[in-house]
Amino acid sequence: MAELQTNEGGGKKKGKGSKQKKMSVHVDFTPMVDMNMLLITFFMLCTSLSKPQTMEINMPSNDKKITDADRDAVKASKAITLVLAGGDSVFYYEGQPNYKDYNSLKLSSYKAEGIRSFLIKRNIEAVNKINDLKQQKIELKISKEQFTKQASEIKGGKETPVVIIKAADRATYKNLVDALDEMQICNIGKYVIDKITPGENFLIKNYQTRGRLAQTTTIPK
Amino acid sequence: MSKVKVARKSTLIDMTAMSDVTVLLLTFFMLTSTFVKKEPVQVATPASVSEIKIPETDILQILIDPTGKVFMSLDKQVDMVETLNKVGGELGMSFTPEEIKTFKIQKTFGVPMKNMKAFLALKPDKQDAILKDYGIPTDSTDNQFKTWVKCAKATNSKLRIAIKADSNTPYKVIKDVMTSLQDLRENQYNLITSLKKESAK
Repeated sequence: MAELQTNEGGGKKKGKGSKQKKMSVHVDFTPMVDMNMLLITFFMLCTSLSKPQTMEINMPSNDKKITDADRDAVKASKAITLVLAGGDSVFYYEGQPNYKDYNSLKLSSYKAEGIRSFLIKRNIEAVNKINDLKQQKIELKISKEQFTKQASEIKGGKETPVVIIKAADRATYKNLVDALDEMQICNIGKYVIDKITPGENFLIKNYQTRGRLAQTTTIPK
Repeated sequence: MSKVKVARKSTLIDMTAMSDVTVLLLTFFMLTSTFVKKEPVQVATPASVSEIKIPETDILQILIDPTGKVFMSLDKQVDMVETLNKVGGELGMSFTPEEIKTFKIQKTFGVPMKNMKAFLALKPDKQDAILKDYGIPTDSTDNQFKTWVKCAKATNSKLRIAIKADSNTPYKVIKDVMTSLQDLRENQYNLITSLKKESAK
């Protein structure tokens, strides 16, 4: 407490006559509290408590000339191509695009039952393995370092699908982050952001016109 | 008749405990929070499940507003001065010590080089008002953004590039920025997001 009691002279010892002298030093803390409150208000208003989150991405470098043959090789290996159109719609196709059949392109959304369920189905082995690993981590059977190492091994495994993300110009930044998010949720380790080609634009238009475009115009190469 | 005795109670409240609490709170706020940076445009970052925290120093932040204007900020004033000099050298411009001093205290910069001198001559409150109308040009004919990034990287090689864009920014602008970075062989960078909890179900 902010009181100080001082017994001066040790009055009791001296006998009956002397009076006990009590001095109380009382400090008033009210201004101190006021000042602290002001400082707290200042800090609450002028600072942000949460540090922003961040996601790290690695883009392919421009130096390595990725030829169309390389792209075809990836696509032929049953890669999944996501085409982010604007709004809430995302199109996807597997492997090589089939320009003749508009049904090869599928429309989906960013919701849990949309593209996520499809990606998880494709990547079910890795997802299960990672979930097991997470359980082991929770039960403290493996350390955090082991978890990160094994998780990246599973994600980079041979059987995991490759995802190519292509965004149309009318897509927003949110769409891109959502798509990258799905990669993380579905534990897909191999994905790349690529530029949209005229072929993909054609596919979308063809889908929207229910295949009429493919009958009337020539198919782009 | 006897008088009713009114007990005199002191109204002094002991504030010591209260003071203790406030000091504790103050310490907590001082230690956990970071100061809000003044940004020329309001940017609402999209939410993501990623939980990586951004490093505190050596960040080159690229701010992109919904209309596609690009701004940049560096966290060290020394780097800012040197970057300005390098960019000026590359575009054949030199700056007076006063102009450098004004530039140094900018939290975020994003003025085309041809307007830079006029901008630095303005009063600070005018600068804040006018900055949001500018933005670093990113188009292919006059890609000053690329020059800025290149010079900033040349000044401090440890810089990490972080892109902070509004969720409604069209992808076209992001693509321009990403292509510019790719041309500079900056293939690893961060995207600043806010936290969202979601798990694979």
